[in-house]
Amino acid sequence: MNGFTGFVLRRAVGAGVTLLAISVIVYVVFYATPGNVAQITCGPRCSPEQVHQVARQLNLDDPLFVRFGHFLQGLVAGQDYSTGTSVQHCSAPCLGLSYQSDQQVMQLIWAKLPVSLSLVAGAMVLWLILGVGTGMLSAWRRGRFSERVLTGVTLAGTATPVFVIGLILMIVVCGELRLLPFPQYVALTDDPEQWAWNLLLPWLSLALIEAAAFARLTRASMLETLAEDHIRTFRAYGVGERSIVGRHALRGAFAPVIALNANNVGSAIGGAVLTETLFGLPGIGQELVHAVNVVDLPVVVGMVLVIGFFVVLANAVADVLYAVADRRVVLT
Amino acid sequence: MTDPAVPAASGARQFWRRLRTQRAALVAAGVVALLVLVALAAPLLTAVEGQDPTTYHPSLVDSARGGVPIGSFGGASADHWFGVEPQTGRDLFARLVYGARVSLGVALAATVVQVAIGITLGVAAALGKRWVDQLLSRFTDIIVAMPLMIMSLALLAIVPASFPRPVLVALVIGLIGWGNIARIVRAQTLTLKELDHVSAARLSGWGTWSIARRELLPGIAAPVITYAALLVPSNITVEAALSFLGVGVKPPTPSWGQMLTAADVWYQAAPQYLLLPAGALFVTVLALTVLGDGIRTALDPRAASRLRIGTGRRRESKAPGGGTA
Amino acid sequence: MSLVDVTGLRVDFGALRAVDGLSFRLEEGAALALVGESGSGKSTVASALLGLHRGTGARVEGTVEVAGTDVQHASDEELRRLRGGRAAMVFQDPLSSLDPYYAVGDQIAEVYRVHARASRRAARARAVEVLNRVGIPDAVRRSRFRPHEFSGGMRQRALIAMALACEPRLLIADEPTTALDVTVQAQVLDLLQTLREETGMGLLLVTHDVGVAAESVDEVLVMRHGKAVEHGPVTGVLGAPAEPYTRELLAAVPRLDAPRKTSTAPEEVVLEADGLRRVFGRGKRAFTAVDDVSLTLRRGETLGIVGESGSGKTTLGRMLVGLLEPTAGTLTFEGRPHAGVTPAVQMVFQDPVSSLNPRRSVGESIADPLRARGERQEGRIRERVGELLVRVGLDAAHYDRYPHEFSGGQRQRVGIARALAADPRVIVCDEPVSALDVTTQAHVVDLLAELQRELGLALVFVAHDLAVVRQASDRVAVMRRGRVVEEGPVEDVYESPSDPYTRQLLAAVPALDPEAAERRRVQREELATA
Repeated sequence: MNGFTGFVLRRAVGAGVTLLAISVIVYVVFYATPGNVAQITCGPRCSPEQVHQVARQLNLDDPLFVRFGHFLQGLVAGQDYSTGTSVQHCSAPCLGLSYQSDQQVMQLIWAKLPVSLSLVAGAMVLWLILGVGTGMLSAWRRGRFSERVLTGVTLAGTATPVFVIGLILMIVVCGELRLLPFPQYVALTDDPEQWAWNLLLPWLSLALIEAAAFARLTRASMLETLAEDHIRTFRAYGVGERSIVGRHALRGAFAPVIALNANNVGSAIGGAVLTETLFGLPGIGQELVHAVNVVDLPVVVGMVLVIGFFVVLANAVADVLYAVADRRVVLT
Repeated sequence: MTDPAVPAASGARQFWRRLRTQRAALVAAGVVALLVLVALAAPLLTAVEGQDPTTYHPSLVDSARGGVPIGSFGGASADHWFGVEPQTGRDLFARLVYGARVSLGVALAATVVQVAIGITLGVAAALGKRWVDQLLSRFTDIIVAMPLMIMSLALLAIVPASFPRPVLVALVIGLIGWGNIARIVRAQTLTLKELDHVSAARLSGWGTWSIARRELLPGIAAPVITYAALLVPSNITVEAALSFLGVGVKPPTPSWGQMLTAADVWYQAAPQYLLLPAGALFVTVLALTVLGDGIRTALDPRAASRLRIGTGRRRESKAPGGGTA
Repeated sequence: MSLVDVTGLRVDFGALRAVDGLSFRLEEGAALALVGESGSGKSTVASALLGLHRGTGARVEGTVEVAGTDVQHASDEELRRLRGGRAAMVFQDPLSSLDPYYAVGDQIAEVYRVHARASRRAARARAVEVLNRVGIPDAVRRSRFRPHEFSGGMRQRALIAMALACEPRLLIADEPTTALDVTVQAQVLDLLQTLREETGMGLLLVTHDVGVAAESVDEVLVMRHGKAVEHGPVTGVLGAPAEPYTRELLAAVPRLDAPRKTSTAPEEVVLEADGLRRVFGRGKRAFTAVDDVSLTLRRGETLGIVGESGSGKTTLGRMLVGLLEPTAGTLTFEGRPHAGVTPAVQMVFQDPVSSLNPRRSVGESIADPLRARGERQEGRIRERVGELLVRVGLDAAHYDRYPHEFSGGQRQRVGIARALAADPRVIVCDEPVSALDVTTQAHVVDLLAELQRELGLALVFVAHDLAVVRQASDRVAVMRRGRVVEEGPVEDVYESPSDPYTRQLLAAVPALDPEAAERRRVQREELATA
């Protein structure tokens, strides 16, 4: 087991390095155009002098690496910001202050995080159950009519963008049939039942498209396993079809599903942005779209980094799970 | 000892033969061809209708009721085949067919960028020195880790508005979304590199470039085409999503995603304003996905064997022989 | 009633007739081998005995009766009771024949519970019992291992254990030792022999290797193109074959006792390796594939390099041609230090599938060295390639054909032509015939010898098959775990081996005649106890 612990540690260090690299790239990409930022922050009617002044206010005159140093320092140790009259302390991990509201970016994110986490986590449970279940079923019913129907449905699922599914669900379920009220976020801690009811539609819209991808993958890898030699062995020993599909073929689909799940966390967060915007849920995604529209760079950069953190974390966890699931994987 | 990386002497003819046997893929190919035709002929089609996508028709919407199109079914008439847009009164048919141009054009351009970067970096990583591979692979990991939607969303914020928007969207999607294709190319190149015919080419005295061109590039074509075919619909979805969020293609340029932004408000008064772009998106993405699947099946002979279940492949005696250590 | 009774068996896969009117019987406790080259339909017969073609689209006609079950007309349920219960099958590749995700003991227990009313615990106990029986040491602990944690030989033993779990009356072994090294093969064949004596079960052995058949059965059925060529007791068929095909097959099998050419090679050294060493990986995972190997190769001679899998012989071969860089040591070619690839040192590869680019015509592949040398005139290229094709026994008109249009042996000839196109002085042949059928093997070995005489080539012949190496080489080096344990003229090494490992290897080679097989078996036991 020592090798395994070592593997987990190495993977954690790797994730840390990746995060650092991401922050360097993101920081450089977004702050490498100083005049531009000041211009946009100031507005289109600013004179060059005013733009310059804004740039100085935002410390945009300092060389890039100095500012990145400050940024890192803030992340690790916190930082003080003067906002004209008073000094605001931003404690670690500090992602800076919003250009627009002078609010600490980290606080902003903390406030919105529960909404987004509720959305993505719930949807993930749903897409795994729906996707793997459907995939299993169509592998089990292969060659029959029901498999064709399932294949058609999942194909249609992959072809429907999140916001189209969401729009249609919202219009049909909330607007026409009035089965559910238009979603409004209720915190889990306030009222778990209302939390779930209100998130049901957002979960579904986010989960359906992902579930389709999982169904296709599960089916494909189960069929692939079914074509392998060891399945022939069990057939030649009279083992029943139920056990062959449910035990041996399904086990082969386990590792690919984990890998896809890690890979899809990124796209699911992208989908969450759409879902939040569509349903008006006050999560990180909605805030990000807002920040992008008003060019609030510290917020944009902060959000991208936090999302990057979750994606890297999800990938690292998946790698560890993958290694547990398939110990033939060389632990490197 | 059959190697999965070597498709049995495929060739274009064999590819067509395998593609032809798949009815769904053929139908999808037809739909895609039609869509491309519509996109190319957009000016012609709108000329026939006698409209254009940007002219406002305030007289066709009821400003007293917030801009609902006047007339039944969203103001559809002989002049405006699919009706007009709420509030502005712009012709929906024209916006829809011009939207196809944006959708397909952006997605294809983005795919070209993704494939170009992916092949270059993937081959470089596979053939380069150890440190080159380490560096490029790490970089690819990072690119893959960054969610495409989020990064495009953020990047689109900082580029000046003067930059032509559809080109920008294509570039941004292309520059961020090449990670997986680079990984596929690297893995395939590494597999091919180990094959004996590549060693034989080295022994013949060819240089690295000749070997890459003759022995490797044709070998990675199949997986690249397969993956690229599935990237196109995914890029269409991303473009539509960005435009839906209001950061992608901006008015007055029409885009399907952008049309959906306000559609939920109008769905009762002008249902086609929601249904047309949503349907167009659905059909396009579905057709491209089915076509992509068909291409994969036609290029990957193993997909066919996956369908043959039973005692499995008939493998007669072959002595695998000594070690490959 | 016979244990197996097959009458007029015919199996069609679409337009392809794999088995064409085959009939045979096997009595209780007897052993029969189906022997044939690839495409003879022997494995198809084995699958038909358990009704494994059902539901695959293959058309099966004739009657098949196994242990009292009419396989053709049995219900699915009856068939399932037969499979594994009264007749069990052992497959060729033991690694891919077991589920990689479950412990070996659990897999055996699962199969046992299909046929016997037993609790999980009892089934596990039975699994350990049969693993013990097939000679897996520390079976309790090992039963919890997954297949990849077993060695190749142990995996095959585990598969045999699975077959034994329900005490079947018939064991069908489909190429059970083909994926194994020769010493391990001998152990597995000995095990099958012992089990047969102990349990009295019948054995149907499917093999391409006449030697393996001679070692293990009483009766042989030689198959070709889905039909029976010759059928009879092993001593008769192998000792005094009646049919021309059987004679051809037997003549092609390389033997350890066959007469061989004696050659006197000139003393001029072409290629010299000094202290070659190759390490893969770094740090704790570093693995030394070749360790301090020194060799000389003289003009016009063939140096055989023989060893089991993992002995480092392939790595050594690739270093000799410059495809792999040695970690340490030097190569001298015609008196000059030599690194990297040179047209003068060529290679013929093992796998006739992967050694030719499937997307280029064979003529283009052969023309590669010519073009790389700067030849631009199409006419001259075609002419030279045509000559080479004819020289290796193909047709000059084959220039524009693609690799998939050729058989394995023909593709290997194309590979040889490509090597010749570079006008080499040395050709390293890496397992050049191990993927080929035995009659094709003989032809390719003959071709190489002919070319050598004609062109004065120095050959390095890397192979795992001791008999083939003996037939092809003048001198031989025996490798084990990256080192050369013995080297010398073929006569010396094969007649009076000095290294114990060489002796073990030689004793493991299956003999064609059953008496010699018995002698070797005794010899093996002595070596094992010694």
